[in-house]
Amino acid sequence: MTDTILDINNLVVSIGKQPKGANIIDGISIQVRERETLCLVGESGSGKSVTSLTTMGLLPKGTLVPTGGSVKLVGEELLTATDRRLRQLRATKMAMIFQEPMTALNPVVPVGRQIDEVLRAHTKLDAKARRKRILDMMEQVHLPQVERIFASYPHRLSGGQRQRIMIAMALVLEPKLLIADEPTTALDVTTQKQILSLIRELQRDHGTAVLFITHDMGVVAEIADRVAVMRQGRLVETGPLETVLRNPTMEYTRNLLSSVPSLVPRPPREETREPVVLEANELSKVYKERAFFGKGREVVAADKVTLTLRKGRTLGIVGESGSGKSTVARCIVRLIDPTSGGVRLAGREIADISRRLLQPHRQKIQIVFQDPYRSLNPRVTVGESIAEGPVNYGVAHADAMKRARELLELVGLPPDAVSRYPHQFSGGQRQRIAIARALALDPDVLVADEAVSALDVSVQAQVLELLDEIQKRLGIAILFITHDLRVAAQICDEVVVMQHGRVVEQGPAAEVLTHPKEAYTKALLDAAPGRGWDFANFRPVAEGVGATL
Amino acid sequence: MLGYLLRRILAAVPVMGVVALFVFLLLRLTPGDPAAILAGDNATPERLERIRESLGLNEPLIVQFVTWVNKLLHGDLGTSLISNLPVMKMIGQRVEPSISIALCTIILAVIVAVPLGVIAAWKHGTWIDRFVMGLSVLGFSVPVFVVGYVLIQVFAIELRWVPVQGFRSIFNGFGPFFERMILPTCALSFIYVALIARMTRAAMLDVLGEDYVRTARAKGINEVAVMMRHALRNAAVPVITVIGTGFALLISGVVVTESVFNIPGIGRLTVDAVLARDYPVIQAMILLTSLIYVVVNLLIDVAYTLLDPRIRY
Repeated sequence: MTDTILDINNLVVSIGKQPKGANIIDGISIQVRERETLCLVGESGSGKSVTSLTTMGLLPKGTLVPTGGSVKLVGEELLTATDRRLRQLRATKMAMIFQEPMTALNPVVPVGRQIDEVLRAHTKLDAKARRKRILDMMEQVHLPQVERIFASYPHRLSGGQRQRIMIAMALVLEPKLLIADEPTTALDVTTQKQILSLIRELQRDHGTAVLFITHDMGVVAEIADRVAVMRQGRLVETGPLETVLRNPTMEYTRNLLSSVPSLVPRPPREETREPVVLEANELSKVYKERAFFGKGREVVAADKVTLTLRKGRTLGIVGESGSGKSTVARCIVRLIDPTSGGVRLAGREIADISRRLLQPHRQKIQIVFQDPYRSLNPRVTVGESIAEGPVNYGVAHADAMKRARELLELVGLPPDAVSRYPHQFSGGQRQRIAIARALALDPDVLVADEAVSALDVSVQAQVLELLDEIQKRLGIAILFITHDLRVAAQICDEVVVMQHGRVVEQGPAAEVLTHPKEAYTKALLDAAPGRGWDFANFRPVAEGVGATL
Repeated sequence: MLGYLLRRILAAVPVMGVVALFVFLLLRLTPGDPAAILAGDNATPERLERIRESLGLNEPLIVQFVTWVNKLLHGDLGTSLISNLPVMKMIGQRVEPSISIALCTIILAVIVAVPLGVIAAWKHGTWIDRFVMGLSVLGFSVPVFVVGYVLIQVFAIELRWVPVQGFRSIFNGFGPFFERMILPTCALSFIYVALIARMTRAAMLDVLGEDYVRTARAKGINEVAVMMRHALRNAAVPVITVIGTGFALLISGVVVTESVFNIPGIGRLTVDAVLARDYPVIQAMILLTSLIYVVVNLLIDVAYTLLDPRIRY
């Protein structure tokens, strides 16, 4: 076909130089045409990023090597192209934007100059013409005050603005192909929505072919024309968006779609008369920046947050980054000290008692953190990690280890995992270990701070199920902090919506997430990607509503 | 920026104050009579009394301190017990050789080491990398006097290209100064090349894994630009730190090199003073060394802010 921009045919990428290295990419074939967005979907380790880096010729030298197949850009073979030719093609014919806008820009060079580099490397324009073109491109990505931003350093810009700079940099020479590797994953939903529509808009104006890599089915539903599903280096299924979402033919795709939590809240559980285990009363945290001379700056991270949590219930705190949700969680657990307000744990005020007096109360409230790769000590066995808490509270070591085995079974891991180290487990397993560690002290309250955010959807679904089951068995109360409304809809009884440190809206999840009263909550729900699709039932939400009526 | 500089200079005052107090007490708090310590073993009672008078030892301690600091601020560091020359003058004569050798060494080391480190990191894991690292192990392990004597043997005695030793002020002509500077500079820079090359390589390896380096490559700019413009500037902070502290060390303590090449620098002055218990000179050297460290640290911090716009104080 004449308008095929990218043609990957039977590509194989292996580890290392030896002929018998394992294949990371094992014979995948995809095509992207002009004006088309192909979404490459898959869970971590499926090889989607390796595919894109192979295309750009940016694979780490010597560690990953393409060993078969072909990658053609507008008919030109890339796998055999010289380094020099690849350099010429980058930014002019193919460009790439990356996941982390926070780290993708050089921190010590003003952003305007970073875009300018592209023009200096590939065009013969003079300084004035280059500047004009850059400012024009920055206007096209809807950056405000382009003259000011041109001279700004990256750390002065927000994540969304940085990603706009990346997009401007990628598209300034109107490449035929844009590769977007999870470009919105690190952004808040409202920013994500803007960036997605920006990419669509620019694609329409420039006729760019887009290879869009993501793990998020919601984003796929928003932006894809066609979808290619990858798993362990192989192509599972490919087809137009509607076909893949409605009639996935492969088992793996069906499972992947079924794992996507629905935005429609689960049926509310009955109200309980169980005792209140956790209460926060007008909790505030103010960070003061002390200046050497002159006046300091004050940042109100949490402003008079009040919430209650009953035994056996789950309360969600939702909000975007910087909303103060993690600050509240950390104040409640007293990892940081609140500036004012109270926290009552099982009827006992703990907000202002000393660390020493707090010690006996610590075991009643335990926390599970976001990143399972960094929250377990890599040099300590899993068993010792779990037993450490009880041992601190005077339990004999042997008893604590016995309990650790039981807990590992409870979270669905083999008891012999006690003697292994964290690196021997996957992300989902590590999060199970982190949960077992938290449960070891028989807490009344479990705080889960973005505890499933770093996990793939299928694993996420399993961990959510585990939390639910543990709650039913142990009657534990869960304070669930998340930015993901889908997750909140599936696990929370009540939700608190936070913005700029304040509670914007709170109430039963079924109520708040279906009939939001506040504009901010509405905006959040509106920005949730793929809100029109009911993935688990393979149909648009509207049809589902029609069917049940 | 000016405000920051001013604040930093002000912050250095208490540091120097504490050092001054320490130096002052060094003599007064040592057991026994300071005058006896100063005068040495064969002092006559008259000499002791004269020293007491001149140091004001009969005054209260606080008055002594104030007078001492006052003198200090007017550039009066006392008189050497051995040569009877003003300490200020003795140090003044020794400063130029020391600064010359320190500057030459650090400049040579940076010129050689930074490119070596960058290349080693760029060609990480290849024979070039291993060669550079091997060289740096060698630089660390061969003592400076061995390098010095080998250089003298080859270039001064066998080939007769340069004088064996000595120092000429740069103000008496660049030629003679340069001739005599080459060998000590080369000998001394050996270890600094090793140190800075290692540091540069490590910092570059860190930075080369960063996302913005990948971004730079994705732009299609050439590798030299990627290395210099994107990687090296970000790797510069730890490298600058090593260069700065290395420089301070060089000024205050290169006794061996000064001895091998017979250069009248501060290092030898210090050692001579310590061996002869020439307390006024020792005191002055402690003050001077601290001052050098404070100034160098200030310069390093200023360099940070110039290199990395995120660093603000």
